[in-house]
Amino acid sequence: MKKIEAIIKPFKLEEVKAALNDVNITGMTVMEVRGFGRQKGHTEIYRGAEYNIDFVPKIMIQIIVEEDKAAQVVEIIERTARTGTIGDGKIFVLPVEEAVRIRTGERDKDAI
Amino acid sequence: MISAGDTSFMLVCAALVMLMTPGLAFFYGGMVRTKNVLGTIMQSFVIIGLVTIIWVLYGYSLSFGPDVGHFIGNLQWLGLKGVGLDPNKDYAETIPHLAFMIYQAMFAIITPALITGAFAERMKFKAFLVFILLWSTFVYTPIAHWVWGVGGWLRNLGALDFAGGTVVHISSGIAALAAALVMGKRRGFGEEPMVPHNLPLTILGAGMLWFGWFGFNAGSALTAGALSTNAFVVTHIAAATAALVWIIVEWMHRGNPTTLGAASGCVAGLVAITPASGFVGPMSAILIGMGAGIFCYWAIVLKWKLGYDDSLDVVGVHGVGGTWGALATGLFAQKAINPAGANGLFFGNPSLLGAQALAVIATMAYSFLVTLIILKVISAFFGLRVAEDEEETGLDLSQHSETGYAFFDRT
Repeated sequence: MKKIEAIIKPFKLEEVKAALNDVNITGMTVMEVRGFGRQKGHTEIYRGAEYNIDFVPKIMIQIIVEEDKAAQVVEIIERTARTGTIGDGKIFVLPVEEAVRIRTGERDKDAI
Repeated sequence: MISAGDTSFMLVCAALVMLMTPGLAFFYGGMVRTKNVLGTIMQSFVIIGLVTIIWVLYGYSLSFGPDVGHFIGNLQWLGLKGVGLDPNKDYAETIPHLAFMIYQAMFAIITPALITGAFAERMKFKAFLVFILLWSTFVYTPIAHWVWGVGGWLRNLGALDFAGGTVVHISSGIAALAAALVMGKRRGFGEEPMVPHNLPLTILGAGMLWFGWFGFNAGSALTAGALSTNAFVVTHIAAATAALVWIIVEWMHRGNPTTLGAASGCVAGLVAITPASGFVGPMSAILIGMGAGIFCYWAIVLKWKLGYDDSLDVVGVHGVGGTWGALATGLFAQKAINPAGANGLFFGNPSLLGAQALAVIATMAYSFLVTLIILKVISAFFGLRVAEDEEETGLDLSQHSETGYAFFDRT
């Protein structure tokens, strides 16, 4: 199993979700996160004064899939979340050791 | 004789002015950081309680009671003794004296609440309560007496202040400067961004202020009729103009019009028209609103060069806006609008401007000095600021054991 963590622009979430739904990705967890990379924050202006806000709001999507689906999920997120401008985000793929569905006690691929 | 129309109008106006203080609480509350939202709202809200009691016990008597040396009222009306349901002919002939008293109470409440923006996010609650008690007693009541009390020296001088430009806005704006200087900067000021956490709350507050201000200015006519209508209309015109002008100025200066700018602009316009609202016409109101939008915006930009931490810009909006309004009254006042007033410079009478300037300077000097003394005394006894770790934690938790926003129910 693989865990895919994608950090994307918040307004891209609906598009990414719809595209993943189309290939039967049946679950995901979404978090509101803040961070910066090469984009290095943005500027806000209050009463004529400029403030540098380092941490920019982003959405992090977590999806656990079987090994053979991971490449497809990455490709879909990469394609749908891209705007081509700075701050589009990143995708990480990590190995997952075990999964449990709490209600039934199912394990691993039956649990995801 | 009591007029039912005037009395009902004045009671409604008193209620409108009352609503301004919770409005101010939201206006300020939205501009601080999440951890201080309740502490900031609480400072305005608790003043409604504290100053009401002060006003009933002795504040009204000191402000409006029989004159002592043109400086302050005496204590004859202590506990509202003799302030009853018959009119007081010196102040308002057609409404019960008690109605005039409660209307004035709302002014006494909002004035110290305005100052709280200057020391936002760092004042100890206990020290704050003592400050409000002393400031209401030693700054507000004398200045209210000078300008509005029978026998008050600025009133005798012929200075015009229809609804409180000097008494409310200059006095609080300059007290704010003294407070910002004595209290010092917030920890991390200028190093980390301290930006408004909830501007929709601020816009809501600005809307409540704008709404309540009709009671503040139109009600200052103390009768329902021609004069109150004039005040109502010019108040709205000045607020609308200043909101537009402020965002135009910042658009040119910084490249974007902001909602905080629109909210700040309308308040600046309301402040500036306050002393003038019973004496000027609609076209003058546009010019007063334009001045407010321009001068207050640049005063706030200048704050960063001067380096003091007037956190929510009380000096820039109320000090500068109030001063502009008081002087503008000396320029644009017309006897044609209000025969009880005077003509200003642009209507052939340069002497009014001198009286206005004197009222401004006297109010500034007195308020600054006495505020400074009050804060130094409190500082010696209790200390003014919360401890470093409490400031880090925020006022909500450290002063009130609460948090403003719950993302989960706490268990």
